Amino acid sequence: MTEKYNMPDERGHFGPYGGMFVAETLIPPIQELNAAYQRYLNDPEFMAELDADLKHYVGRPSPLYHAERWSRELGGAQIYLKREDLNHTGAHKINNTVGQALLAKRMGKTRIIAETGAGQHGVATATVAARLGLECVVYMGAVDVARQSLNVYRMKLLGAKVVAVESGSKTLKDALNEALRDWVTNVDNTFYIIGTVAGPHPYPAMVRDFQAIIGREARQQCLDQAGRLPDALVACVGGGSNAIGLFYPFIDDSSVKMIGVEAAGDGIETGRHSAPLCAGRPGVLHGNRTYLMEDDDGEIIETHSISAGLDYPGVGPEHAWLKDTGRAEYVNITDTEALEGFHALTRMEGIIPALESSHAMAYTMKLAPTMKKDEIIIVCLSGRGDKDMQTMAQREGIEL
Amino acid sequence: MSRLAATFEQLSKTGRKALIPFVTAGDPRPDFTLPLMHAMVEAGADVIELGVPFSDPMADGPVIQRASERALEHKMSLRRTLAIAAEFRKTNQQTPVVLMGYVNPIEAMGYEDFANAAQRAEIDGVLTVDLPPEEAEECVALLKARDIDPIFLLAPNSTDERIKKMDAAGSGYLYYVSLKGVTGAGHLDTADVETKLKQIRANTRLPVAIGFGVKDAQTAKTVAGLGDGVVIGSALISKVEANPDDPERAKREIIELLVAMRQAMDS
Repeated sequence: MTEKYNMPDERGHFGPYGGMFVAETLIPPIQELNAAYQRYLNDPEFMAELDADLKHYVGRPSPLYHAERWSRELGGAQIYLKREDLNHTGAHKINNTVGQALLAKRMGKTRIIAETGAGQHGVATATVAARLGLECVVYMGAVDVARQSLNVYRMKLLGAKVVAVESGSKTLKDALNEALRDWVTNVDNTFYIIGTVAGPHPYPAMVRDFQAIIGREARQQCLDQAGRLPDALVACVGGGSNAIGLFYPFIDDSSVKMIGVEAAGDGIETGRHSAPLCAGRPGVLHGNRTYLMEDDDGEIIETHSISAGLDYPGVGPEHAWLKDTGRAEYVNITDTEALEGFHALTRMEGIIPALESSHAMAYTMKLAPTMKKDEIIIVCLSGRGDKDMQTMAQREGIEL
Repeated sequence: MSRLAATFEQLSKTGRKALIPFVTAGDPRPDFTLPLMHAMVEAGADVIELGVPFSDPMADGPVIQRASERALEHKMSLRRTLAIAAEFRKTNQQTPVVLMGYVNPIEAMGYEDFANAAQRAEIDGVLTVDLPPEEAEECVALLKARDIDPIFLLAPNSTDERIKKMDAAGSGYLYYVSLKGVTGAGHLDTADVETKLKQIRANTRLPVAIGFGVKDAQTAKTVAGLGDGVVIGSALISKVEANPDDPERAKREIIELLVAMRQAMDS
């Protein structure tokens, strides 16, 4: 790539993907948001406040940790973990919510809404809302409320109202529908903090820009610690915010392979999965054009993954573009493989990863042995596994 | 002249306003829709908005969401909705039919295939909730080339500039969403609608239909005094929902409500 990567265009398109597919009532607030985002992204005072919050409140920079024992065990490439699990609230999600909440404050909004799947984004949103004294309502599919009850309790402790969404498949996509309905009704005072690189423009670009701190730090840390750039990046992809956050600052480094790991659930061949990039086709959902899980009539189909955070039928439009252009590669990992990744990291390095991140770990276990010992993989450890203790215990027949 | 333009012109000559019922195709089951369309015309409907069910109807409230879910349980689809419309046209040459839905089923079919299929079914207008003019260029061109009117939404927060954009991109009529929110929510504020309509009229000569929040004959009459047409959706569909085991009774109640609205609007 000789030309510098410069996506999206001014209307939010990544090639044929992205865009602004929303009902008319949402056009004015989206334009207002876009104007604010463009303005503050170039405002030194705003950026200084954001940097200070990321340092003192979130705890950045997060370490880049050389997993030596695990690398030795796998016998191939050197594995470095980008420790987003060590952020305040335990995942990468807060990088984005801190940024969007500061924007909300600048825009004079008094009420925050969010959707959540695993509950990490909901917790990260409730956290920043509590800190800024803003009213907070979090939409969560009823199925997810049941399987992530610990995070529901955390959100409530933080003062958020959690609404269990009973429509459709009762998971993340339905939570997003309901949050959009809330926004359309309360556009005047409400700021919608979307948790992933999906939604209408400017969300995919804005969330990416807030998450790109992951890749910027990792790139510099790798140069400092290993004296060179990594050979491959690995990250799990649901909506794809931790992956794009890691990938984006490396896009122009053509020697660095970028690999996104989707959730294959019970296996791609069973149809019970959440892997639109691997097994879906382009369509329009939640304000943007991207790869989707849909039937022949264009109805969105139910997805499946052991990890609530990957259980989504769409994916950020920039990933769709990176796939089509071949700049990134997308692979998939089943529930069973993800659990192997979960146990491996836990026992080899004493780090319990989130089930979402475990997909990236599982793929790393396949990839590392195929590479040379002096090659480097950076894996995004996007969140910690504490929230998944109930799911794991249940799956393994243990009573807590 | 398109069937929609002719309908609004005829209404305007006689000083009447368009009564525009919205029903979701295939709700509560596929064979319910065609006879209901004919009955609604007899009850005084001037235009029929036929909802295409979608799995993720983001701009709709719970009533229309559940209508979509019921229809999808019976495998209703864009293709089958078009087939119902084509069947309706066999015995009714006058009443315009507008498809209303979301863009993904159209994307799945392909814009050109959809435009051809809509033309074959003699569809008069297409309203795609999540396809604003910025994203609609290709679709609008294909529809207009086939004399099908692309219908666009206006909202309480639409600016002069937006209204002009809709005026340029749309034809047939513009659909004014009279409140911030989803379908079936709250009650509209007549004074607000009146103020907004002045702004809209200053920027377009297209007829303006008003919807969202029209629940009864009295509201229909008031709204008819402000716009060129009244759209009623959730209030009709709630009759289907209220009679899960008796679709015939649901149909009777829908017709009674439409007749009452027609009378109120014409009095």
